[in-house]
Amino acid sequence: MTIEDLPKPPSAAALSRRALLTTASIGAVGTIAASRAAADSLVDVPPREPGADLSALSERSKYVKIGRIPEAGPGRRNVDPSDAINSKTPLDKLVGTITPSDLHYERSHSGTPDLDPTKHRLLVHGMVQKPLVFTVDDLKAMPSVSRTVFLECTGNGWENWKKADENLTVQNTHGLVSTNEWTGVPLKLVLDLIGKDRGSTWMLAEGGDAAGVARSIPLTEEIMEEAILAYGQNGEALRPAHGFPIRLIMPGFEGNLNIKWLRRLKFGDQPWMTRWETARYTQLLANGKARQFQLRMDTNSVITSPSGMMEIRPGYNRIMGLAWSGHGKIEKVEISTDGVKTWVEAQLSHPVLAKAQTRFQIDWVWNGQPTKIVSRSTDEMGNVQPDRESFIAQVGTNALFHYNAQQTWSIDAAGRVRNVLA
Amino acid sequence: MRQGEFAMSLLRSAFAAAVVVGIVTSPSRAFDFGRPAKTEEIKAWDIDVRPDGKGLPDGSGTVAQGKVVFEENCAACHGSNGQDGIKDRLVGGQGSLASDKPVKTVGSFWPYATTLFDYIHRAMPYQAPGSLDVDDTYAVAAYILSLNGILATDGKLDRQSLPKIKMPNRDGFVPDPEFSNKRAGK
Repeated sequence: MTIEDLPKPPSAAALSRRALLTTASIGAVGTIAASRAAADSLVDVPPREPGADLSALSERSKYVKIGRIPEAGPGRRNVDPSDAINSKTPLDKLVGTITPSDLHYERSHSGTPDLDPTKHRLLVHGMVQKPLVFTVDDLKAMPSVSRTVFLECTGNGWENWKKADENLTVQNTHGLVSTNEWTGVPLKLVLDLIGKDRGSTWMLAEGGDAAGVARSIPLTEEIMEEAILAYGQNGEALRPAHGFPIRLIMPGFEGNLNIKWLRRLKFGDQPWMTRWETARYTQLLANGKARQFQLRMDTNSVITSPSGMMEIRPGYNRIMGLAWSGHGKIEKVEISTDGVKTWVEAQLSHPVLAKAQTRFQIDWVWNGQPTKIVSRSTDEMGNVQPDRESFIAQVGTNALFHYNAQQTWSIDAAGRVRNVLA
Repeated sequence: MRQGEFAMSLLRSAFAAAVVVGIVTSPSRAFDFGRPAKTEEIKAWDIDVRPDGKGLPDGSGTVAQGKVVFEENCAACHGSNGQDGIKDRLVGGQGSLASDKPVKTVGSFWPYATTLFDYIHRAMPYQAPGSLDVDDTYAVAAYILSLNGILATDGKLDRQSLPKIKMPNRDGFVPDPEFSNKRAGK
């Protein structure tokens, strides 16, 4: 029984119970049902009893263990949080497409500042007619927009540049990406209020953290149209770890551009060449030159289940994952379960939103033979997520950032799932 | 409606429209947000430095003075020689970028010396960013450049000379065409 024998799942009908039962003819589903029947009885389910009082905040169940993992750099995991430079989202444990606010990946250059929203200010100045100062309340009083988009650190995936540590989970390999709904003031409204000079083609965005992280942002049509000065995250105020009280949201662009704890926007006509767009977020090529202003996050995807360090059994296994692209919507995701010999199109979860993570899934019956599973995404602009070999051939292995090659999980005869390069 | 009444209703709506227009365009009405920024407060926050030197304050510092400042404020993390510290390496690595183990430092990788002033002034020392005065910032930048062989040991930096320094890796960057042609006039 191979994946070709299954009906292609283009619609919900194909995933119906009848469809599954009639096609899983080696009794995989039957095996699962039989073992469950032998193992337990409803008599063993604990009796009903009265529960806890109503509360101000809904906590997670004590039976749900979930959290980020702070890390220090490629290969440097299990570090003290004081040595950590980022904290990764548990993609293996999430469902749907929205990342819970407290599990959004975290990254900073000098820790999370403790900002009093009543004292925080946003200065907007430079090549403008009217330099203005906004309070947080000012921004919250202005017309607002909400948009669900992903943020991704350009270092996401950096574990696999040169070798594949087989002990990595998908949280380790891809946990620096998350999707939230962001609410705030469209940048274009502020550009109108200040009367930005026509000759101003660059904007410096600067944060109120100790490092004063600052990036030069080119004022393209897309950026002026889509950038948001955000104060809301998943329906409530930003969390401090994610920029409270205000931050910049730049849909589809590298994480560092989405300046947290935003306090200044300066309008100019050339880039400032800050440390973060020169020394830091540039990509070394094999010839020693470095790509600069590679601002957009490229087409990406990863299978989140089954994934690194999981163990599966022969029979029915649903393959699930996430796909995303800084260019726009995900058009399709293809899965290979035979080591890239053949590909099948996965089912996407709707609605598919531009520049947001999209959930994909596919039914799979594993025959117990060692194999490799891979996902490959294509976005609406026609960009295809590259295989690792082509990717490395183009970029080399020293770029450090913007790794978006296809992710391969190897599965051995015992069902152990491991991170491999290809 | 008779002609006279029609004219009256037109006049009334025109008046109403004029009032609305007045609200939207007057400087201190409900549809304005924020308040004007004052010159002194802009000056206090306007700390960025461009590659052409715009934004650099008046002041100067020597390599010799920089060595003292560096030892007191920087060596604990970056090492006395800027190489063997627990944090980012500042010195050396020149010529290694195309190798298997590239070493990116101020001397081997940074395209602009002005970034050094901008970054030190806004972000360093780590525990007390911006605590070095302007002269000491020029001085410690001069010292870091001298450790990298870019400035002579008797060198000095100020707002005129700093932007003129051409870093060894100035031409080492390939800007992405989609996002780098936004210059005035284009």
